[in-house]
Formats: sequence, structure tokens, C-alpha cells
Amino acid sequence: MKPLKRYFPIFVLPTLIAFSIAFVIPFIMGLYLSFTEFTTVENATFVGIKNYISAFTDNSDFLNALWFTIGFALVSIITINVFAFILALLLTRKIIGTNLFRTVFFMPNLIGGIVLGYIWQLIINGVLQPFGYAITSDERFGFWGLIVLMNWQMIGYIMIIYIAGLTSVPTDILEAAKVDGAGVFTTLFRITIPSVMPSITICLFLTITNSFKMFDQNLALTAGAPSGRTKMLALDIYETFYGRVGYEGVGQAKAVIFFLIVAAIALTQLILTRRKEVEQ
Amino acid sequence: MIRKHLSHGIIFAILLFLSVVFLLPILIIIINSLKFKFSITEAPFALPNSETFSGFENYISGFTQTGFGTAFFWSLFITVFSVAAIVIFTSMTAWYIVRAKTLLTTVLYYALVFSMIVPFQMVMFTMSKVANILMLDNPVGIILIYLGFGAGLATFMFSGFVKSVPKTIEEAATIDGCNTLQTYFLVVFPVLKPTTVTVAILNTMWIWNDYLLPYLIIGNDYKTIPVAVQYLKGGYGSVDMGALMAMLVLSIIPVIIFYLTSQKYIIKGVAAGAVKG
Repeated sequence: MKPLKRYFPIFVLPTLIAFSIAFVIPFIMGLYLSFTEFTTVENATFVGIKNYISAFTDNSDFLNALWFTIGFALVSIITINVFAFILALLLTRKIIGTNLFRTVFFMPNLIGGIVLGYIWQLIINGVLQPFGYAITSDERFGFWGLIVLMNWQMIGYIMIIYIAGLTSVPTDILEAAKVDGAGVFTTLFRITIPSVMPSITICLFLTITNSFKMFDQNLALTAGAPSGRTKMLALDIYETFYGRVGYEGVGQAKAVIFFLIVAAIALTQLILTRRKEVEQ
Repeated sequence: MIRKHLSHGIIFAILLFLSVVFLLPILIIIINSLKFKFSITEAPFALPNSETFSGFENYISGFTQTGFGTAFFWSLFITVFSVAAIVIFTSMTAWYIVRAKTLLTTVLYYALVFSMIVPFQMVMFTMSKVANILMLDNPVGIILIYLGFGAGLATFMFSGFVKSVPKTIEEAATIDGCNTLQTYFLVVFPVLKPTTVTVAILNTMWIWNDYLLPYLIIGNDYKTIPVAVQYLKGGYGSVDMGALMAMLVLSIIPVIIFYLTSQKYIIKGVAAGAVKG
């Protein structure tokens, strides 16, 4: 292994330098700055946990964004996974045109969040217009607008993963169940779903983190309107940083809380579903 | 048999209907991009008629308002070189990590894995500052930022695959007189191709559509397509809906061409990426 060491600068150093500049240093600085007051990084003064208290007590924006994000995540996780799973079931039945359908359902996933936001803004405003509303009239419009948008974007992606899972379910088990007289739903809940548990883990993980971290779509579709009530966590943090001078420290504290929430969800979810897989 | 045909027929009909629903939003944008700007907000679902049809007027005004040509160039430039950098450097790093197994590489590996669960907002402000201080706030510098921020997932995926590559082929190459670099690029790297494709596709989709990072780091001087679209809408004064529609269509076209030409790899890549990620 000795000669390998000489190659460290070529093989590892470029990634290490880029990773340090883009992630390690900003991450550590971010942690430290969340305990300080600053406008530029150079003038930071230590203030303890003041920013963390301010995040919750200065105004209700952050808590609102937190509840809005949790509600959004719950609804979108359920709808996306259910629809994607049903589509995957339909597309694994050897129907004519399966490939074409798959192509169509997946396509929206490649469109960027900003563009998606404006597409749906036009459509939702067009639907609401005859009733004298716009998407910014009521927070419920924004909420369901985001749900529809997220479903349109993510269903195809999640569907692909479920298809991959479903095609690897051994057919002899399915046939055996049929011979034993198992009905459609018994087969689905007793055989199909347990055998695609690994795919379900991945899909839940992907939808939950994507829902929590959503920013571009939120910015383009409603930008938080009306009066910030459709702001999700990422957008609220962004506006705290760049919206008001003097609130950078609070923004950074919110970002740390956001990071802890996302990390906690990701880890719990992984541990829980991994355990389920083992039980099978 | 008849029942089976019938149920297949019903499923086909449902899927066909859903396909139309899925395509409709894109169709609506295309239709509206060909109408005069005032008739867009008045009746977004109406087809253009002789009065509202504007030809390519919106495309011309959108192009000039956003500098779409330049934005396209920067998007392409940044995406191609960032993805190339990510694929080459992180695959090398992953191989080294798996083969060398020193304390430093193990720490680096776990730090990279850790970075995958950290949301961008956590490092958004400080990263922009660091990029600014190190003068990386230009289209070349941002490539280094993308390499650093994309390194987590890419290294993780590559190292998963490297573990399954038998050491014997590397040893054979060494006996044949290859040095470590030659062994890596002539023997190991070609074997990694499936993961390379997956990593390239996932990162292309991310970087091409990314908004906040390029906006914060280079947004004032160099606009990528998402930044240009947002600039059109986010600017002060009334929004030119016609130009916006045309720009939405223009931003989607390259993506769809890319998708239709390399669909097979994209779908495979996404499925493989998800299984490992």
C-alpha cells in the first residue's frame, strides 16, 4: 500500500479541496455564526443562543413555515407514493405502450423547479380566475397548488423506482398465491408490498427530504403570498438572511434548526424502515 | 381470456387519459407562448385565434429581455464542466478511499456521506462568502463549488461500486507495467461505466436546473437559464406574461431533447441512483 500514498495529491486532493471550500468550511462557519450577530462574516460578535430564541419569538414566521412544511410534507408524501405505486402496478402488467407511458409520466421530473412553478401558477390562476380568485388570494390555494405541482413533478420519478422493485418480485411466489386462491388485495398486501419494502424505504426517504427542502417551486409559485403564509422553511430562511439587514444571525440559527430537523427525519426514517426490512 | 383483455383495455384507457393529463401543462404553456400577452391572463386555456395569435413575438421579446442565448451558454458551460469534474475527481477519490483505507480517507468518506443530508440553506450564506473571498464567483470558479457540493453523493455511489471491482484486474495491470494512474484510467475507470452514467445523469439534472446556488454566487454577472427566468418574473414593474411563457418553453426544449435522446440511460440511472442513494 506504500506506493499508493504518493498518489494522494492526484486522487484525493482536488475533491478534498473543493469539498472543504464548498462544504466543510462553510458548515463549520455556519455553526459558529449561528451563535453570533453579524452582517458580514468579519464583524461577528458572540451572543450565545439569542438567535435561536429570536427565531421562534421575534415573529411567528418560522413556526408558521415549520407547520406549513410539515403539513405539505405529510400530504405530498402520501399522495405521491400512493399514485406512483398504483401507476407502477399498472405499468408492470405488460400493457401495450408501457414504455411510452413511462416516458410521459417521468418527463416533468426533468423540468427545473423555477419553470415548474411558473407553469402551475398560470394554470392555477386560470382555474381560479372565473371565481374571482388568484393563487395568492388564500393560503389554501397555495398549499394545494404546491401539492399538485409536487405530485406532477415527483410521481414519475418515484414510479420508476417502484417499477424496478416490482419487476424483481419473484413470479413463482405470485403464482403460488394465485393457486392457493389468494385475492387481488391479499396478494397486494401480503406479498407484493412486503417484497418491495426496500423500494418503499427509498421512496419515502426521497419524498420526505425533497418535500422538506423544497425551495425553487415555492419561490416561483407563490413566493410565500398571501403575506408569507405559504412560506416553507427553506424560503423563510432565505428571506431572513437576505430580506432584512441585521437578521443574518437569526437566519443562520434557523438554518441550523432546519438542518437538525432534516437530519433527524432522514435518520429515524432509515432506521425504522431498515428494521422492518429485517423482520421480513 | 376475455376478462383479461377487457381489464387490459380499461387499464390502457386509464393510462392514456393520465398521459394527456400529464402532458397538458406543457401544452398549455406552448399555446400561451403564441398569444399576445394580454390575452394570456384573460383566457389562459383558450386556443389562439386570429386576434390573439402573436406569432413569435413573445420569443423575440423574451430573448432580448433575458439574454436567453447567453444564459443558455452559461448553463451549458457550467453543467458540462461541473459534471465532468465531478465524474473524474470523485471516482478517483472513491477508488483511493476504498483501496487505501487510511484514517484520513475514512474520515473523509464519512464527512462526504454526512454532507448528503445537510440542506443547502445551512451553508448557503457562508459558502457564498467563501466563494467571494476566494474569487470563485465566476463561471469557472463555480465548477469547483459544484464539485465540492456534489462530491458527497458521487463519491458514495462510486465507492459502492469500486468495492465490487476485483483487485486482481488491477494487479494484472500492474504486472503488465502500468503505473497507478494508468491502471486507474485504463482498467478501473472503464469498469465503473454504469455508475459513471448514473452519476453524470443525476448531476446533470441537478446542476442544469439549479437556481439558488448560481443566483447567489454568480447571479449578478452571469445568469443561467433558471436565474434568467426568475429575473424576468422577479423584476419590478408588470410582468411580460408573453415573454415569460416563451422563456418557459425555451427552457423546457433542451431538457426534452436531452431526455428523448438518452431516455434509456436516464431512467436506468435514476433507478440505480435511488437504490444506492
